[in-house]
Amino acid sequence: MDLHIVGGEPTPEEREAVDAVLGPATSGWRGAVRDVDRDGRTADGGAGVSARPQLLPAFHAVQDRTGWVSRGALNYICRRLSVPPADAWGVLTFYHLLSTAPRPLAVAHVCDDIACRLRGAEALCAALEGRLGPASNPTSGPAHPVESAASPEGRSPASFGWQRSPCLGHCDAGSAVLVTRAGASPTRAVLAPAPTADAIVAALEGQAVPPVPLTLGVQGQPRLLARAGAADPISLDSYRAHGGYRALARAIAIGPDAVIAEVTASKLLGRGGAAFPTGRKWEAVRRQPATPRYVVCNADESEPGTFKDRVLLEADPFAVVESMTICALATGATHGFLYIRGEYPLGEARMAAALAAARAAGLLGDSVMGSGARFDIEIRRGGGAYICGEETALFNSIEGKRGEPRSKPPFPAEFGVFGKPTVANNVETLVNVLDIVLEGGNAWATTGTPGSAGPRLFCLSGHVARPGLYEVPFGATLRELIDLAGGVTDGRAVKAVLLGGAAGSFVGPDRLDLPLTFEAARDAGATLGSGVVMVFDDTADLTDTLHRIAEFFTHESCGQCVPCRVGTRRQLELMGTLSGQEVHSSVPSASSAASKPSAPSAAQVYAELATAMRDASICGLGQTASAAIESALRLGLITGARRP
Amino acid sequence: MGGGTSCYQEIEETDCILLWGSNARETHPIFFHHLLKGLKRGARLFTVDPRRTSSAEWADVWLGLDVGTDIALANAAAREIIAAGLVNTDFVDAATDGFDAYRASVEPWTLDRAEAVTGVPADAIRTMAHTYATSPRAMLCWTLGITEHHTAVDNVLSLINLALLTGHVGTWGSGINPLRGQNNVQGGGDMGALPDRLPGFQHVEDDEARVKFDRAWGVTVPPVRGWHLSGMFDAMERGELTAVYVIGENPIQSEADQHRAIRLMQGLDTLVVQDLFLTDTARLADVVLPAAAGAFESDGTVTSSERRVQRSRRVIDPPGEAREDLAIIFDLARALGHDWGRPDAEAVWNELRRLSPMHGGMSYARLEALDGLQWPCYDEQHPGEAFLHARLWERPVVGPRAPFSPVEHRPPADALSDDYPLRLTTGRRLAEYNTGVQTGAYASPTRRGETLDLSPEDAARYGVTAGESVRVVSRRGAVVVPVFVDPALRPGLAFMTFHFPDQVRTNELTNDVTDPKAGTAEFKATAVRLEKIEVPA
Repeated sequence: MDLHIVGGEPTPEEREAVDAVLGPATSGWRGAVRDVDRDGRTADGGAGVSARPQLLPAFHAVQDRTGWVSRGALNYICRRLSVPPADAWGVLTFYHLLSTAPRPLAVAHVCDDIACRLRGAEALCAALEGRLGPASNPTSGPAHPVESAASPEGRSPASFGWQRSPCLGHCDAGSAVLVTRAGASPTRAVLAPAPTADAIVAALEGQAVPPVPLTLGVQGQPRLLARAGAADPISLDSYRAHGGYRALARAIAIGPDAVIAEVTASKLLGRGGAAFPTGRKWEAVRRQPATPRYVVCNADESEPGTFKDRVLLEADPFAVVESMTICALATGATHGFLYIRGEYPLGEARMAAALAAARAAGLLGDSVMGSGARFDIEIRRGGGAYICGEETALFNSIEGKRGEPRSKPPFPAEFGVFGKPTVANNVETLVNVLDIVLEGGNAWATTGTPGSAGPRLFCLSGHVARPGLYEVPFGATLRELIDLAGGVTDGRAVKAVLLGGAAGSFVGPDRLDLPLTFEAARDAGATLGSGVVMVFDDTADLTDTLHRIAEFFTHESCGQCVPCRVGTRRQLELMGTLSGQEVHSSVPSASSAASKPSAPSAAQVYAELATAMRDASICGLGQTASAAIESALRLGLITGARRP
Repeated sequence: MGGGTSCYQEIEETDCILLWGSNARETHPIFFHHLLKGLKRGARLFTVDPRRTSSAEWADVWLGLDVGTDIALANAAAREIIAAGLVNTDFVDAATDGFDAYRASVEPWTLDRAEAVTGVPADAIRTMAHTYATSPRAMLCWTLGITEHHTAVDNVLSLINLALLTGHVGTWGSGINPLRGQNNVQGGGDMGALPDRLPGFQHVEDDEARVKFDRAWGVTVPPVRGWHLSGMFDAMERGELTAVYVIGENPIQSEADQHRAIRLMQGLDTLVVQDLFLTDTARLADVVLPAAAGAFESDGTVTSSERRVQRSRRVIDPPGEAREDLAIIFDLARALGHDWGRPDAEAVWNELRRLSPMHGGMSYARLEALDGLQWPCYDEQHPGEAFLHARLWERPVVGPRAPFSPVEHRPPADALSDDYPLRLTTGRRLAEYNTGVQTGAYASPTRRGETLDLSPEDAARYGVTAGESVRVVSRRGAVVVPVFVDPALRPGLAFMTFHFPDQVRTNELTNDVTDPKAGTAEFKATAVRLEKIEVPA
C-alpha cells in the first residue's frame, strides 16, 4: 500500500484540472514543488489517512479536461490523495466512462441498447461509422498505463470519436447519444430523439444541443409528477410556490419519531427494484448507536429501459433535496450523498444548482431550516458502471474503491458507506416521502392497493405511440398503461412486454390485464423492478433484444464472483445456440443424438447455468441476469436467429 | 522486568500511535500489519524519525527531527501537554512520583526552543502532543532510533515520562512498547541472557533469588554482574576477557567501529562460535559448532514482543553435523565435568517454570492449547496478562508508584564539524536483516546493495549522481559506496544500512561510544564527510 510512483509527470493542464477539485497541493509530499525547509521536517496526511474518496471526482476532472487519464495525471492524483497508483489503477479501469488511453477530446456515446435498438440505433451507428470511422470502444485497457502525451501528436489523430454505449436512460426519446467534449470548459449533453449523423458531428464540433423533449402522462391525481413541467426546476421560489418545503417544515414540527411513524404507516416500498419497506430501513438506521450516519440517494439509474429518476432529477430537483433532508432529520444523518450516473449531465447540473440554492437559503448546512440539525449533500458522479446501482457497490464507489458489491450481512443500516449506518434510497422512493409527511401515512396509503400503496412511475418505451414517463396509482393494468401511452404503435399487436428492464422478465399478450402491483407481478412470476414497461409488437426481433441483454450483462458484470463473471459470458454464448445461430459443441447433432441420448439440450444447459447464477452470485446482477432470457424461453419468444 | 506493556491486539484497537525512532513498516513488518489494522479503525499515527521512512508515509504527521534530539522533542511535548492543561492529573497524583521535579525539568522546553534544537516545526509538535494527550487510548512504540544512542536509557525514560503524564499505560489500548527485532529477543532476556539477571529477570545480586538457583543447580552462582556486549569488548581491550563463546551472533560485522571489533576478536586466546552459518566471526573461531535452526529443527519456545511464549517444534532433522543447541550445551557441560543427562526441551522448560515465577503456569500443554501465553503467568490457573501495569490504576496503587525521571537533552557524541559536516544515520531495509547472515543468501527483488542515501539537494551540492561511487569518511574509518538519491532525506542527513558488510563495511564508520547503562553503541549518529572519487581522465 505504500506509494510507489514511477514515471510520468502531470501536464500543467492535468495538474490544473486536479487542483480545481482538490485545491492546490500543500506540500512536496503531496504533489507540490519540494520546499525542503518544510518538507524535510514534516509531512501530513499519509496513506493511513488517505483521501481516497476523492479519487473518482479527480479522475472525472482530468477526463473532462483532456479526454483521458494519463499515467502522469494518475501519479499526481495518487500523490495528492495518498493512494498507491497500482491501487488507483484498479479503480480507474473499473469505470467505462474513464479512459486510460488517449481519446479524442469530443466523443459521441451512442446508445445501442434494447429500447434504442427498436428505434434505429444500428442504422445510426452505421451512419456514424461512415462519417467518423469505426467505433473506438476499447476491447480492453492497455496492459500498462500510458504515459502523458508529450505533444498533441501523441493523441489519437482524430479530433472526434464515437463509441457504443449501454442504455443512456432516454428510452422514451431514442435513439439517444451522449456527447462529451473535454477541455477547459467541458460540456456533456444528450442528443435525442434520433439525431442524424450530421447533428452528432455538429454537437461534437461544439454546436449547442437542443433540449430533449419530455413526454409525461398521469392517470388520476398527479403526485410524483405534480411539479414536473409546471414548476421552474432551477428556481427555489417556484418550487416553494408549488408547495415545496412544506413537508420539511412539518417534519421538523412533528419530530423524527413521528416522521418515521408516518413513513412506516404509509407502507411505502422502495422503488429501485427491491421493494423494501422504507420505514423499516429508516427505523433501523435511527436505532444504530454509531455516528456519523449517512443518507445516500441512489440516482445511478442504469437499468436498461429506466428513466424515471432522471425526469425527477431534471424536472423536480428540489424535491429530491427536500426529501433527502427529511430522511436525514428522521434518521439523525448529517451527511448525504447523491450518487448520479455519469450519463445524466442535465440531472447533475440541476441537482448542483438546487443544492447551492438550498444551501444559500439555509435549507442545508449547520442548521437546516433553523432546526439546529446539521445536514448537507455531496454529489458523486458515477463513471459508467451499471453495477454501482447496487447499493453496496455504490458505497464502495463513493469510498473511492472499485464498485464491487459487498457480501451482506452486514446490511447498510448497520455498515453502509464508510462502514457507518446508512439509508440508501432510490430517487422516486424519496420523493414519495413529501406527500406522506404532508398528508399522513394512512391517508397517503389509500392510493394504490393494500399491498402496493401509493403512486408509481412507469417508463414506457418501445412500440407505443407516445413513449414517456407515466404516473398511475398502483393497481392500474398493463393495458390501461399502454392505452395511456396511446396504444401500440400503428395499432399493431403486442408480442411481448418487458417488465422491469434487462433484469426483469417478459410477459405475453395474455397478461395485458395484469394489475401493476408488486403482489400481482410476483404471482405472475414477473417483477415491476424499476418500472420499465417496454412494449414489443409483432414485428420485433426479440432474438436481437435478448442477445443485447446477454451482451449487456457480460459487459456490466463486475467480475468479482465467478458465477456471474463466467455465467454471463456462457449465457451470451448459449444465446447463439438457443437461437440456432451457431451450433454449440455440447449440443448433439441429429446423427449423434442417437448414440448419446442423454446429452442435455441447450435449454437444459441454460437452465442449469441460470440456476447456478441465481443461487451463487454475490449480488442481484448475477442473480437476475438470466431472468429475461428464461422468461423468453418460457414464452417461446426465441423463434430464430438474430436478424442481420 | 523488561518488556513491552501491551499485546498486539491493543495496537489494533487504540486511538493514537506514536511510532518513535522506528521504521516498523520495514523492520517489523508483522507488527506493522497489526498497526495498519489500527489505522483502518481510525487510529491516528505520528512518526518521529529523521527520515520520512515508508512508515512515515502512513502517518497523519511525520516529525523529522535532527538525529539525537529525541529528548528535546519529548520534553517539549511534555511541556506543551502541561501548559495546555492536558495532564492526566488523577493518574499523576495517584500513581506516580516526582511530577514537580519533572515539570521543572521540562519547563524550559518551549515549542520554539524545541523547534530550534530538533528542527521540527512547532505546530507539528503541538499537534502530536495534543493528540497523544487527548486520545482516550494511546500507544507509544519505539525501536533502535531511540536506543542506539549514547543517551539510550534517557531517551527511553523521556518517552515513559510522556506515558505517565497522560496516563497512557496500564489500560487496554494504552502502553509503552519497544519493538523487538527478532522473534525471540524478548525470550533471550527472559531466560537470563543479560549480564545482571538470572531467568525471569531475577537479579543476580538478589541473595534470596540466587540461593534458589544455587540449590536447584547444585552450584554457587557468582553474585556479581557480568558484562554487556560493549563491556566485553572493553574487557578484551584490557586483556581481562580472553575466551569467548558466541551463540548466534556475528559481532565482527555488527559492532560499531568494526576495525576495533576485528582486532579484539583476533586477539582472543579462545573463540568458539555456534551458528547456523559460517559467519565472518565464525571464520575467526578456533572451534565452530554447527547448530540446528531454532524455528523448525529444534524443540523449544520463543517469546515475542508482546511477551507471548510460544512453542517451536522440530519438524525436520538438521543437515549434516548440525545439532540442537541443547544437545551441544549438554555435551559441552559433560566435557567440562557436569553430566546433566539428556533432558528434552520440555524438561528444561519445566525446570525454568520452577525457578522463574512469571513462567510458573506455562506448561507445554497449556502453551499448546492456548496458542501461547503472555507472561507473567504464575500458576496453571493464571491466564497470563495481555498488558502490564494495571496495578497503577488500582486505588490505592498496589506496589510502588511509577517514578518520573527528569532527563536532559545531550547531543550525539560524534559532533558535526567543518571536516565532518554530514550526519550519517544507519538502519535496516525490508528485505534484509542485520549483517545479512540470514537474508543475504536469498534473492530479493528489492535488494539494491549498500548505498549512501543522500537528499536530492546534497547530491546536487556535491555534484554526485545516483550510482556514482563516493568515499565516505568518519573520524574512525572510510568506505567507498555508491550514491542513492532519496527525497526522504533532507540536506545534511545521509543514510546507510549495514546489511552488506562484504560490499561495504558501514560499521568502520560508526561510533562505538555507548550508553553507560545499556551498553548500546551510538550507531544512529555518525559525523562524516563525502569525498568525490576523481576518475582519471
